[in-house]
Amino acid sequence: MPAIYQSRQNVIRIIIATSFLILAVRLIFLQLGSSRYDLLAMDNAVSKSIIYPERGIIFDRNGKSILENTKTYDLMVQPNLLRGLDTAGICQILGINKQAFHERVIAAIIRNGRYRPTVFEQSLNTETFVKLQENIFRFEPGFFLQERPIRSYPFKAAAHILGYVGEVDSNILRRTNYFYQMGDYMGLSGLERFYEPILMGKRGVRFQVKDNKNRIVGRYEEGKFDSLAKAGRNLRTHIDIDVQVLAERLLKNKLGAIVAIDPQTGGIIAMASGPTYDPNLLTGSLRKNNFSWMLRDTARPLFNRAIKGQYPPGSTIKPMGALIALDEKVITPDFGISCNGAYYGCRRPIKCTHSYAGHAGNLRVALANSCNSYFSHIYRLAIDNPRIPGGADKGYVRWKEYMNSFGMGVKLGVDLPSEDKGMIADTGFYNRLYNNNWSSCTNVFLGIGQGEMTATPLQMANLMCIIANKGYYYTPHFVKDIDGATTADTLLNPYKKRHQVTSIPDTIYRIVQLGMQDVIETGTGRIARINGVSVAGKTGTAENYGIIYGRRQKLDDHSWFVCFAPVENPKIAVAVIVENGGFGATWAGPMAGLIMEQYLKDSLSVTRLKEVERIEQEEIIIPVVKQKRNRLDSLRRERMKRVIMRATAISGNSKDREQQGKISFNHLVAIKSEYEEQFI
Amino acid sequence: MRNSSFNISMGVDWGVVIVYTILVITGIASIFATTYRNEDLLKGFLSFNTDYSRQLLYFFICIILAVFILLTDSKFFTATANIFYIIGIILMLLVFPFHTDIKGTKSIIRLPGFQFQPAELCKLFVNLALAKYLSSLDMDFKKLRSQVLASLFILGPAVLAVLQSETGLALVYLSFFLVMYREGMSSTVLWIGFSLAFLVILTLLLDPDLLAIMLTAMAGILIFILRRQFRRNRSLLFFIIGVWAIFVGIQRFAIPYFFEKVLKPYQVQRIYATVGKDFEVDPELMKEVEIRKMNDKRKAGNYNVKQSKIAIGSGGLFGKGLMQGTQTRYDFVPEQRTDFIFCTIGESYGFLGSIVLLGLYLFLLFRIINIAERQRSTFSRAYAYGVASVFFFHVFVNIGMTIGIVPVIGIPLPFMSFGGTALITYTIMLFILLRLDADRQMILR
Repeated sequence: MPAIYQSRQNVIRIIIATSFLILAVRLIFLQLGSSRYDLLAMDNAVSKSIIYPERGIIFDRNGKSILENTKTYDLMVQPNLLRGLDTAGICQILGINKQAFHERVIAAIIRNGRYRPTVFEQSLNTETFVKLQENIFRFEPGFFLQERPIRSYPFKAAAHILGYVGEVDSNILRRTNYFYQMGDYMGLSGLERFYEPILMGKRGVRFQVKDNKNRIVGRYEEGKFDSLAKAGRNLRTHIDIDVQVLAERLLKNKLGAIVAIDPQTGGIIAMASGPTYDPNLLTGSLRKNNFSWMLRDTARPLFNRAIKGQYPPGSTIKPMGALIALDEKVITPDFGISCNGAYYGCRRPIKCTHSYAGHAGNLRVALANSCNSYFSHIYRLAIDNPRIPGGADKGYVRWKEYMNSFGMGVKLGVDLPSEDKGMIADTGFYNRLYNNNWSSCTNVFLGIGQGEMTATPLQMANLMCIIANKGYYYTPHFVKDIDGATTADTLLNPYKKRHQVTSIPDTIYRIVQLGMQDVIETGTGRIARINGVSVAGKTGTAENYGIIYGRRQKLDDHSWFVCFAPVENPKIAVAVIVENGGFGATWAGPMAGLIMEQYLKDSLSVTRLKEVERIEQEEIIIPVVKQKRNRLDSLRRERMKRVIMRATAISGNSKDREQQGKISFNHLVAIKSEYEEQFI
Repeated sequence: MRNSSFNISMGVDWGVVIVYTILVITGIASIFATTYRNEDLLKGFLSFNTDYSRQLLYFFICIILAVFILLTDSKFFTATANIFYIIGIILMLLVFPFHTDIKGTKSIIRLPGFQFQPAELCKLFVNLALAKYLSSLDMDFKKLRSQVLASLFILGPAVLAVLQSETGLALVYLSFFLVMYREGMSSTVLWIGFSLAFLVILTLLLDPDLLAIMLTAMAGILIFILRRQFRRNRSLLFFIIGVWAIFVGIQRFAIPYFFEKVLKPYQVQRIYATVGKDFEVDPELMKEVEIRKMNDKRKAGNYNVKQSKIAIGSGGLFGKGLMQGTQTRYDFVPEQRTDFIFCTIGESYGFLGSIVLLGLYLFLLFRIINIAERQRSTFSRAYAYGVASVFFFHVFVNIGMTIGIVPVIGIPLPFMSFGGTALITYTIMLFILLRLDADRQMILR
């Protein structure tokens, strides 16, 4: 055999061997190189389905459930089983035409494929559901009804407290380190959000093997990795739902807030913010639509004014000024000044409501008469305290420390997300503003609750707790107990701590309380009097400014009222603000009275109910907000009209026009009534 | 060599038979693993409705055929080679009027009870005829005329296969050039082949302009280095310039033209998918692809390869165990009984199993070459090389396409893929070889 052929056989062997080597190397990279393909294979063949537990229920202090789970039904479609379907029949029930039907089926195929069920129509309304339930056998197996738990609110109240549940977005996914998954529901605000880990329970997971068409063919590894769902735990709150409903009624057509706290525990009895909305609007299929309308409303119904509204406290801060001066020992309860209608201690006189002699003869009368001169004076005494060296600067720091310890200018730590802290300016602020050259005269208005100072209604209610308790408070909170609580549940621990803020003896506190009691008995707050109950309170009329069309304007005064009762054994402390409501006694006073009466006596007499109706019907919204709001409303009505027109146009194409038209009209009426209920 | 005491096993290479049996049985097991759907086992195997039972039936037929072949006189094959070639061509021509459209191919004739693919069977006939031609008495294979004639022998059926939309099968015929190389064809042909393949791969990977610049630069450097030799050897310069011009021409014009006009968009897509690139199909042409998709169920683009890579890649070192592979059990890989049977091995037995399988094939191929080289007659040797070449091409391309280094052309994995015609054809090819080898002392013409 010639040598050349010897070499040629070797060349052929080498070619073959090299080719096989290439295959082997490629296999090394593919099979041993990375676990990427493992994951892809898992993704291909194993479907992880989450079993959602029922969310926990929230009860009020009397054991009434104010937030429950109910069931809604989704109409599901499985496109591969649609052959021979009575399309006209289902279109008629749903009130859509055939073209829309086909579009939805195609959308379902795009979303989930032919072989998996997809939502065809979410949260069916009652009418459609009943019709479908009777007739569903005609459309099976391509269509079926799927039960889905949603939240429901039997009292249609406490929207701001309870918050709402919604689908997680990619932001939340990232923030929670992918604990949640796309399509999960979680509490997005309010108690739902704050107590999410308790309410949500524990999700169960089931791994199933699926084939190339996404059909489930069995369990994965005999359920080795599966886990069971654990229902969410219930919350027992301090809320009194009757008081809450009353508070929301009182705030109807007004901007403002009402907060009622049990001073002995810090438990919040009621917290309302006006305007509010029916929390049922933010469940089910209309959630997104309703949410966007509310978001655009200039009256801001989604904004919880009780913890986020920041208002100058006005005269309601005066008792605190007294407490500071007493605790600092710059005055005694007997301290008095002579005031003849204004305070002249600083360059500009500060006007006072009263001018007769002796209306500021001692602390008690000064408080009862809300003497501006007196409280400006004692504010300055506290700032210029000779026992604190370093002048107004150091004195102010001390004053601010007091305020902060009262919960002013800091977050109280209520069990709701996104609480605001109000404002107590720090010395740096004044240093910048007045070029390091300022004195107790510069911010003397702080003594009467104006100037660089704002507070939330919750903070004001908390101040009442301090006075009611004679020097301490518990952080305001809603939740009393968690069902099945263990030591691992640390969420409630901060609310068991007693905050002692002053070291003033009870006898002196009593004098402050007496001054506030005089306000109710003989002073400006007479309107909040309750038969047989001793009430201590303070009115406030806060000047405020707003920027309207780019110009800073003085708006109508805010109407404030803070109080607690009974004085001997305080059970409720209330703060009420009605934005631009005028004098404290005009609107906030009567509201606070009604709230206390409802809570302490558990009911209202007929005459008092008439008062509730009177207040309920009054609308107090400043013109500029109202104008914009009305414009938005008309916009929405316009849109509704267009929707109706479009719907009738569609049904016009159909054969059984009359029937179709009726159905779509009914459907629209159903939607429309929900729209109109939006604002309470 | 037959003695008076005739023994069928006389001179038969048992190593090959054992490897063959292992491969076929592994194949049946793999088909079983992917298609078994909890039906009654006994019924499944005896009904011959299921794929694995049908493959088993084919295997029995193969055993009978193998025994017959081993009982046949070797001279029969030399004597009938040309006739069979003609029969093969006629069968392939008959396909055109009598084919049945199955899965988009026009190459299958369906008869009552069974169907077969002449293009598959024709490999055997071409192999025999080529061997016969190369072993003719007055053959001088160094002559260009003989080489061209031999090429025509091969390319005839290949062209027919292309006309039947079986590009993959047609490409198999190119493997016979290895036989011709062994029998004395100039090695230049191989070099040209490799260079062209390399050029095509570079064209796919690189920007056309960049590649043109690179080629030009290479030619320039070569001319600069060899500048002294041009004085003596002017033709060398022209040669270099000529090669450069051809390369650039191919890269800039021929390949784009070929891709645009000759190949179907889905084929181009598959080729690009192999180098990991997306090929944007002209919207107008895309329609054609979609129509094709509807008709032939083979998905366009790289879906197959992606799924097949996932299946094999998820096997890891040891694999998931037989029938434990989720990808192959639940039909994620299209055509996994036939062209993508290797996925089952890759997923179930992992890297080790795959390497063992590659080893078996490598052993088989080297064994066949050994057999080829020990033949006294040219016919047997050429035939043996033909068998080796065809098997090599099939194994490399098939496994290569499942792991994504060769474009997807639908050719089966010898002995393992589901399919009667293929299994029977390869069995006949192999056992004719064994028969010839048993008579290796004879000079066959």
